[in-house]
Amino acid sequence: MARYVVTRLASLCLSLVVASLVIFAVIEVIPGDPAAFMLGLNAEPEAVAALREELGLTGSVAERYLSWVGGMLTGDFGTSYTYRVPVADLVAARLAVSLPLTLYALVLSTAIAIPVGMIAAAGRGRAADIAVMGTTQLGIAVPNFWFAMILVLIFAINLRIFSAGGFPGWEAGFWPAMKALTLPAIALALPQASILARVTRSSVLETLGQDYIRTARAKGLSRRQAVIRHALRNAMIPVMTIIGLQFSFLLAGAIIIENVFFLPGLGRLIFQGITQRDLVVVESVVMLLVFSVIVVTFLVDIAYAAIDPRLRRRG
Amino acid sequence: MRGPLSLWIGAALAGLFAALALLSFVWTPHDHTVLTIAERMRPPDAAHWLGTDHFGRDILSMIMVGARTSIAVAIVAVGIGIAVGVPLGLFAAANRGGYIDELIMRGNDLIFAFPSLVIAILITAVFGPSAVNAILAIGIFNIPVFARVARGGALPLWTLDYVLAARVAGKGRFRISAEHILPNIANMLIVQGTIQFSLGILAEAALSYVGLGAQPPTPSWGRMLADSQTMISLAPHLAIFPGLAIVFTVLGLNLVGDGLRDILDPRVRRAR
Amino acid sequence: MTLLAAEGLTLAIHGTPILRDVGFAIEEGEVFGLVGESGSGKSMTALAVMGLLPNGATVTGQVAMGGRDLISLPEREMCALRGNEVGMIFQEPMTALNPVQTIGDQVAETLVVHGAASRGEALSAARARLDRVGLTADRFPLTRYPHELSGGQRQRVCIAMAVALRPKLLIADEPTTALDVTTQAQILDLLEGLVREEGMALMLITHDLAVVSGLATHVAVMQTGEIVEAAETEVLFRKRAHAYTRALFAASEHQPDRAVGVPPVPEPVLEVREVVRDYTLPRSSLFAPAPKLRAVDQVSFRLAAGESLGLVGESGCGKSTLTRAILGLEPLQGGEIWLAGAPVLAPHVPNEVRRRMQVVFQDPFGSFNPRHRVDRLVTEPFHLLGDVPDRARRIDEALVHVGLTPADKEKYIHEFSGGQRQRIAMARALITRPDLIVLDEAVSALDVRIRAQILDLLADLQAEYGMAYLFISHDLSVVRAITDRVLVMQAGRIVEAGETEQVFTAPAHGYTKDLIAATPRIPSEWQAAGLVGA
Repeated sequence: MARYVVTRLASLCLSLVVASLVIFAVIEVIPGDPAAFMLGLNAEPEAVAALREELGLTGSVAERYLSWVGGMLTGDFGTSYTYRVPVADLVAARLAVSLPLTLYALVLSTAIAIPVGMIAAAGRGRAADIAVMGTTQLGIAVPNFWFAMILVLIFAINLRIFSAGGFPGWEAGFWPAMKALTLPAIALALPQASILARVTRSSVLETLGQDYIRTARAKGLSRRQAVIRHALRNAMIPVMTIIGLQFSFLLAGAIIIENVFFLPGLGRLIFQGITQRDLVVVESVVMLLVFSVIVVTFLVDIAYAAIDPRLRRRG
Repeated sequence: MRGPLSLWIGAALAGLFAALALLSFVWTPHDHTVLTIAERMRPPDAAHWLGTDHFGRDILSMIMVGARTSIAVAIVAVGIGIAVGVPLGLFAAANRGGYIDELIMRGNDLIFAFPSLVIAILITAVFGPSAVNAILAIGIFNIPVFARVARGGALPLWTLDYVLAARVAGKGRFRISAEHILPNIANMLIVQGTIQFSLGILAEAALSYVGLGAQPPTPSWGRMLADSQTMISLAPHLAIFPGLAIVFTVLGLNLVGDGLRDILDPRVRRAR
Repeated sequence: MTLLAAEGLTLAIHGTPILRDVGFAIEEGEVFGLVGESGSGKSMTALAVMGLLPNGATVTGQVAMGGRDLISLPEREMCALRGNEVGMIFQEPMTALNPVQTIGDQVAETLVVHGAASRGEALSAARARLDRVGLTADRFPLTRYPHELSGGQRQRVCIAMAVALRPKLLIADEPTTALDVTTQAQILDLLEGLVREEGMALMLITHDLAVVSGLATHVAVMQTGEIVEAAETEVLFRKRAHAYTRALFAASEHQPDRAVGVPPVPEPVLEVREVVRDYTLPRSSLFAPAPKLRAVDQVSFRLAAGESLGLVGESGCGKSTLTRAILGLEPLQGGEIWLAGAPVLAPHVPNEVRRRMQVVFQDPFGSFNPRHRVDRLVTEPFHLLGDVPDRARRIDEALVHVGLTPADKEKYIHEFSGGQRQRIAMARALITRPDLIVLDEAVSALDVRIRAQILDLLADLQAEYGMAYLFISHDLSVVRAITDRVLVMQAGRIVEAGETEQVFTAPAHGYTKDLIAATPRIPSEWQAAGLVGA
């Protein structure tokens, strides 16, 4: 197990290094002179030179890369050109919205999808299964941001149960903040839950066809006992893969859906960064997003080994 | 049975929007580029079946033209995924266990860490927003998807005796990949292609919605939804119809994909 | 006293008839053998008794046990009966155990689920049962996972699980078919011991007449869903009353007509000299050098033109690796392979060398690209010949020679049965007129009657074309029937080589002796009596 974790950890570090190289290359190398790019076509040469100095763009590419990575390791993400504050502070404030939203949606999606998928598998071909398959087919087809708009229309504008948008901040207390995140989380979670429910269903069904289920039945377990004791844990292996992948979809979805609800999250920050050509902000936020996806992949790998003893021995 | 019926319903839905997109080249109910402020935000009526938007443009016409953008972006993005991903996957499988395989698969994992939104953000930050960005972002994300499907389909085939027999007959890896592997994973690729096509339409809509895709005046479904957002309480139909267009197109494609899988995948067929 | 009696058992799955009016009786404490070819319905009979039939099955008839009819018994009571009064083990031990649960938990579960013990007690009972099936505590603690065990060990776990509550009846469905012959002998011994010591009855389902001959008190023979003959074992083996039974025996004792003995030829077709093949294993730690597994270790032999050479050994002995090396598909770490005077150097073997050897594989289903027609399938090796002018004629000729018709070239492979597919595989191998055909378990997947036909075909083709055969198999009786000389392989080495009859009648090496002793045989006096009676 320890060796497995170490090799996964090594792979995690390698992925982070390569990902940072890619991001650095796109943002700082492809545009030529980032300072000139940020100031636009009509900028004075002196202003460009001053900005170049300010951004620390004077060294070689290798030096700049190393100082960028070194800065991130010590929590220094540079200073936003437009906001004039450290990017780390900006990102921390925004992350306090986007990350809880993503996790909220992930928990909702998993909590809904796994039982629903199991119920559908248990009653394969019966009414509940057909209903689940039909609903999820529709759920997959719905864009989450449009679904969000429809939820706003129904629950905020017509029924007035939720507010149409905005975020009171965690200072206002846990429950008000969670309430503000609830509609966005539902909008994010339901399409993903549709996918996850279908994966759960087919995974459980596939597991039920395995030889060891027949063995368990021959021991005297009822169908239900065989499912609970033997099918579920095996069926969770592909489900875990999908949950891991969904994290990145939900994170991206959260960034998009913040626009519908006027939430002060990473999405707003990064889209403003793009329009204002604030490359420092864009670079840091993208790195942060990629970092979190890679870390979640690593966690899923570790969870695999916890479920499946066959993996623990491998490197 | 159930498979073929849902397949036909899906094909009809997806076909309808494809037909609308093609029709829009020669005819739309109204000219979608003409702004008629006097007729703004009309609910659906006889003249404008789906109403008008905040500039008085006919929504049906915009949806028809918008279908062109969505379908074109998704098709090209699937094409990129297949053209690059499938050869990579086949190549990895042909060298399975070797460091080339490892390199390709690690590269794939890496791209998976960049959701298409993040790729679009990166491209847009440097090159500015355009429909081409959306194509590239979705297309790049499709590459590892197809590479995995191709490799995953090819690996079990490489252990089969007919591939061994071909090797005994002196055929090389490329020739075996082309003659024996590719034709036998074509079904899987078609099914995956349909799924990625529908995901591409969703992704394009999302990118246009946040302004990273097609730019005005090119109509696109995501753009229409973004424009409608501030007026949703006054004129909900502005948001509802483009959204339904997305839902029906994606639903249709997914039904086609599931139906094809039922027909083409021998595993599913045997289970029936 | 009768333990279980089936009567008028008729079964259809989705309307397809599977069993017709099957009836048999199993006495307490006896071994009852149920013999038949694949698809004869023997496994379905067992599943019907267990009430574990697949969805869509409709069954009529009775299975009486302890005053109850198992067919009409409610599911709840069947659950209480399975594992408690009737246990069952299956053919494929590699997939029969839950991969994510320890073997201790899986054995203990039998006790727990029937409320026979608390978890703690169940675990100590599981320990005792695992000891009884030969998995001792020092090497096989309860915390082991299935993937850490070999096939034979996993089958032992399955047995421990099935007999944990000392059922009155154990149903064993082809329990040793997936195992090596020495492992098979051990598992059969174990089953026999359990029957003897615990007074348990055993229903032994198998395709192998020899296996039941040594074990069963009564035998029933099944053909296409019906029991065609049933009697006391010795009576049935001697009388062979039914035509199908006679056909089965004839096929399993079949000896193809072939010219025995080889004319001495100075130049061998194939020469293998001190061949070594190592595999690199995964590293045990990040920094340690990767360990190596020597799959083929200093193997040398010669194969003369027109000769038939057998290569026998159990799974993992290196015979498959050696086969692939001879076919030029594996690089060597030492030694040389020469074919008809030219070296075979993987991976770039010249076409001129390749065309001199062809191969027939075991699996009749995986050997052909399902998307190509037979003419394209059999001409795949034409790639080695360059331009072939009389292509069409050679296809027809090859098909006719293997007992098919020229019209078959238009068909796809799914239109053929397993035996026909092996004929097509022979046609593909013959088409370049090779000097050597490697037969890699070529008849192992076939039912006994089809196997006899294919063995005849192989003998005829060799007499006609004079090519050499390298016949790789785990099945000693087949090797004995078709080869002139035989090599015995163990752990990467050739431990014994010699004339086939010589090796089989007077084996020199201990391993060869074990192999031959482990191979189940029908007592020769029964065979002789059978012939007299007929």
